[in-house]
Amino acid sequence: MPAADLAWLLAAFALVSLMFPGLAMFYGGMLGSKNVLNMIMMVMSSLAVTSVLYVLYGYSMVSGNSLGGLGIIGDPLEFFGLQSFVADAASGGAEGLYWAAFFILFAAITIAIVASGAAGRMKFGAWILFSGLWLTLVYFPLAHQVFTFTDEESGYVGGWLRNVVELHDFAGGTAVHMNAGVAALALALVLGKSKGGHRPHNLPLVVLGAGILWFGWYGFNGGSAAGANFLAQYVVLTSLLAGSAGMIGFALVEKIRTGRATTLGMASGAIAGLVGITPSADAVNPVGALLVGLFSGGVVCLALKWKTRLGIDDTLDAFAVHGVGGVVGVICVVLFAAGDAPAGITGILFGGSWDIVWRELVAITVTCVYSFTVTYAIAWTLNKTIGLRVSEEEEYVGLDVSYHAETAYDSGRV
Amino acid sequence: MKLITAIIQPHRQGAVHDALIGVHVNGLTVTEVSGYGSQKGHSEIYRGAEYTVAFRPKVRIDVIVSDEDLESTIQTIVAAACTGKIGDGKVWATDVTDVVRVRTGERGPAAV
Repeated sequence: MPAADLAWLLAAFALVSLMFPGLAMFYGGMLGSKNVLNMIMMVMSSLAVTSVLYVLYGYSMVSGNSLGGLGIIGDPLEFFGLQSFVADAASGGAEGLYWAAFFILFAAITIAIVASGAAGRMKFGAWILFSGLWLTLVYFPLAHQVFTFTDEESGYVGGWLRNVVELHDFAGGTAVHMNAGVAALALALVLGKSKGGHRPHNLPLVVLGAGILWFGWYGFNGGSAAGANFLAQYVVLTSLLAGSAGMIGFALVEKIRTGRATTLGMASGAIAGLVGITPSADAVNPVGALLVGLFSGGVVCLALKWKTRLGIDDTLDAFAVHGVGGVVGVICVVLFAAGDAPAGITGILFGGSWDIVWRELVAITVTCVYSFTVTYAIAWTLNKTIGLRVSEEEEYVGLDVSYHAETAYDSGRV
Repeated sequence: MKLITAIIQPHRQGAVHDALIGVHVNGLTVTEVSGYGSQKGHSEIYRGAEYTVAFRPKVRIDVIVSDEDLESTIQTIVAAACTGKIGDGKVWATDVTDVVRVRTGERGPAAV
């Protein structure tokens, strides 16, 4: 039934594309009212930059045949202009051009998450340049290493993390979430701390954004099932359960630590749970999915304090939510993956083989170390050459006015 | 003529207004203001980070009365605004040297 598969995949594509305004509102509401539009532009611009690069060489670097058979990076010239997809292969199902479209969204949402680490203090032009370099040097290689399967019949060689290390990562816990979280941390480190705080100006907007992100996540994980099949139903359920339990986990820890369960906490917990289930959606049973959410939400809440201790202004906590949340999700696979779930992996708590421990540890370590090092190098170089940070006055006035000559709200003006 | 200025808790605004209708007050001006007294500000917590909000929302009522209505009006406002808790606000009176009713040009007590 390739036509039914294609119908679901097209719907999933539409769901994921809504994650961009969702993320823009989620982050925009968390900032003060003078930097909302700048954050929305940083998030939406990710689509613009990614689309251009993907057509030129991004698709080739991610999905092209591995250069030298090493599994590090795809041949950057193989699909130049996506020209080879223009003719209908008459398969009736999803063809190369569908996956190009779907993976543009994956790449773009990853760099969009990185934007949160630079909130309210990065030159907009520098951001555009940074995002292009980052996709090329960080995302495309990691996505190739994590997402592409070797096919001996056709002679296609995929990424080494997927085929040599044989990591389990259902829909991008490593290449998308850990990668984005760690990169946001590195970028924030180079940029330095914001002047003054970023007290959230609109929590209802944050909740609406989180809800839209959640909605899109069913397409993100459900579409990664690659068809209208049992797996798609399965991961839609586990995603729902993990997001829900994420709210519980975050709210419980928060209540114990500060005495209050908060709106921002519930929204953050839901996203943390969804991050946690991204690598594990096909590997845990329904009770396991609730545990993934509970742990992700709880641990992310505890991890929020780390940036203060490290003295890094990862402004909207991408490292805690996506970096730590992603690691927790992968660790959940190691611990309590259920043998009867679609992935067929048995976690070590259920008597599974211990070799999954090193597989996942290698994947986590490679992703985080590579992402941090290269992101830091890109940001450091740009900072030394064109400069990344806005002036003190521009930051005080807010980037909406100083960079875009606009204000989000005109209330109170005479 | 006196100008009475009252800074009160926002949730007592309705009660103060209702009480003033019963005495010799023909009009008043209400403003939403921010400030603090012995109640100080409050703190808000976002993802574990604490933000201090120095000023609390209050309502300011300005009303001009004749000298003989001063005491009864102040007592009315205080009685209606009082909850007995810190943060109830303050009421004060200042001398007014002249008042003009814009529509008719009347001046002094006749314009109050």
